Amino acid sequence: MNKHIKFVQGNEACVEGALYAGIDFFAGYPITPSTEVAELLAERLPRKGGKFIQMEDEIASMCAIIGASLTGHKVMTATSGPGFSLKQEALGYACMAEIPCVVVNVQRGGPSTGNPTHVSQGDVNQARWGTHGDHSIITLTASNHQDVFAMTVDAFNLAETYRTPVILLFDEAVGHMREKLVVPEEGEIPLVDRLRTSVGKGVDYHPYLPREDGRLPMSDFGGDHRYNVTGLFHDMWGFPSNNPGVVNGLLHHLVDKIENNVHAITRCREHYLEGAEYVLVSYGSSARSAIHLAKNRRERGEKIGVLELQSIWPFPEAMIRERCRGARAVIVVEMNMGQVMRHVKAAVDEPERVFLANRIDGHLITPTDIKKLLRVIQGRGV
Amino acid sequence: MSVKDYLRERFFPHMWCPGCGHGTVLNSLLRAVEGLGLDKSDIVMTSGIGCSARISGYVDFHSLHTIHGRALAFATGVKFSKPELKLLVPMGDGDALAIGGNHFIHAARRNIDMTAIVMNNRIYGMTGGQFSPLSGVGIKATTAPYLTIDNDFDVVKMATAAGASFVARSTTYHVLEAVDILKKAIDHKGFSVVEILSQCPTHFGRKNKGGDASNMLESYKANTAKTGSKALAENPSLIARGIFVDEDRPEYCESYDGIIKRLSGGTES
Repeated sequence: MNKHIKFVQGNEACVEGALYAGIDFFAGYPITPSTEVAELLAERLPRKGGKFIQMEDEIASMCAIIGASLTGHKVMTATSGPGFSLKQEALGYACMAEIPCVVVNVQRGGPSTGNPTHVSQGDVNQARWGTHGDHSIITLTASNHQDVFAMTVDAFNLAETYRTPVILLFDEAVGHMREKLVVPEEGEIPLVDRLRTSVGKGVDYHPYLPREDGRLPMSDFGGDHRYNVTGLFHDMWGFPSNNPGVVNGLLHHLVDKIENNVHAITRCREHYLEGAEYVLVSYGSSARSAIHLAKNRRERGEKIGVLELQSIWPFPEAMIRERCRGARAVIVVEMNMGQVMRHVKAAVDEPERVFLANRIDGHLITPTDIKKLLRVIQGRGV
Repeated sequence: MSVKDYLRERFFPHMWCPGCGHGTVLNSLLRAVEGLGLDKSDIVMTSGIGCSARISGYVDFHSLHTIHGRALAFATGVKFSKPELKLLVPMGDGDALAIGGNHFIHAARRNIDMTAIVMNNRIYGMTGGQFSPLSGVGIKATTAPYLTIDNDFDVVKMATAAGASFVARSTTYHVLEAVDILKKAIDHKGFSVVEILSQCPTHFGRKNKGGDASNMLESYKANTAKTGSKALAENPSLIARGIFVDEDRPEYCESYDGIIKRLSGGTES
């Protein structure tokens, strides 16, 4: 693949990123506003010998990519809010059985069928806690197409590194708007493949015995090692176990492998943060309005900066605390009822200085919307 | 290779109740695999949830114990991504046709090459004896204390209508027949369905005056007849056994490979 410049939708930038990262299996079910991801991969994948399958529903799609990942393929599915809800049980299975996979959620308004063709960022908590039980999860996001591409490549790399599902949380505006994308040359962004076992044929392979660094070398289904994969708590052979030591150890492993690597997973972009008195924390398409406002006000001498999150889970608590320290006010800009705001409040030294600039009517939050709140906080009236 | 070589002895004793038919299904399945001389590393067994689903842990194949009702969806991902593997998908009646009913008909429609084995004991065993979509009318179950009024599916007719290219039925009483049918089903290129009536003396027999395991097995002898047999013609209320569909139709993975080959001349756009 050569470096080339494209004028694309966000959903297409995601497809370009997935292809760059080496996707060779996609299973999905059409749902607005994510459908273009499936449509484009249906066209592109067989051209490189990869597989695309349109399953009978969202649940089946999630299950199919887990099956395909076990044979050693790089896999992805794409959906939106209601479909994401359907995938949750199998998503939990992928967490438990430690199956690398990427799940794209181009968010729409909710709850329920909600607002299919309008913008929303309401699935932040669903990405974290949609499935049952304790576990960790990685969720990345992006506000522009270059980042959509980069985060998609990152998602595959992180999934393969940590043997975990990685969620790409985009929103309708990012998914459907068109802008420039520069596809890097082959080799420009390093790619990660899952660690495969070096244990030879005929030697006892322990699929769930972590190495010292916490990583579990895999063996592809169809290869030399026959082992059991289950969603039940399991021992190092993959056999079901309800031994308290096994249950406790496995749950700690599932959480620790991600929480102990927050520094390596957390991603953010800083805009005009130098000496900022007001810090806007945002992500996705709402970050574009925040950045616009900050740029505009900086030109007029107001010290406003933006901390743009590119990863949401695990929550970048330490980073947010540090960047917001000393700010007069922190304004979280998001298109929901404060799903990230609550975590920012928990992270910062002075939670009473955290405010929410939101919009939940299916329309983009504008720089003016944010400015109005800012004026109130500054005591300058409405 | 002896049948024992296909088992993971570390995983025994199994968790099925005394008299359960599922052990017989496992035995028949392994004898079929042995009869075909298949390599253990070429087989992936995918199961769902419930008594039946534990079967995948007992066999020394690549084994995938999934979530309730979704065994065929996981199996589709495995097979489609690596078509050289043989997929065996044993499921309980609830697994296959209640929660998993949609996946069942769509796997049949696609005609993807795998063998679905419906271990039909007409009851939810692991959760303690609730009725299933195959229980039928007039059955006593913990969730039907006044007897069921729910009609049951005919697995054979349903699989046939959905497009399965191989459809058969046998019982745990007719072990040699079951082995023979399973061999043909596994060898068949396309989606094959084998329903095996399997007794649950603990939850079905006890509540429905079915007697013990041997009584229930005898009832399979008395209440079934070979398809095309005189006995069946004379008494159509008997349950038909045998192979009902065995057709050669385009298989899904091969059809997709055809698309890849057709495109391989072109360049990636």
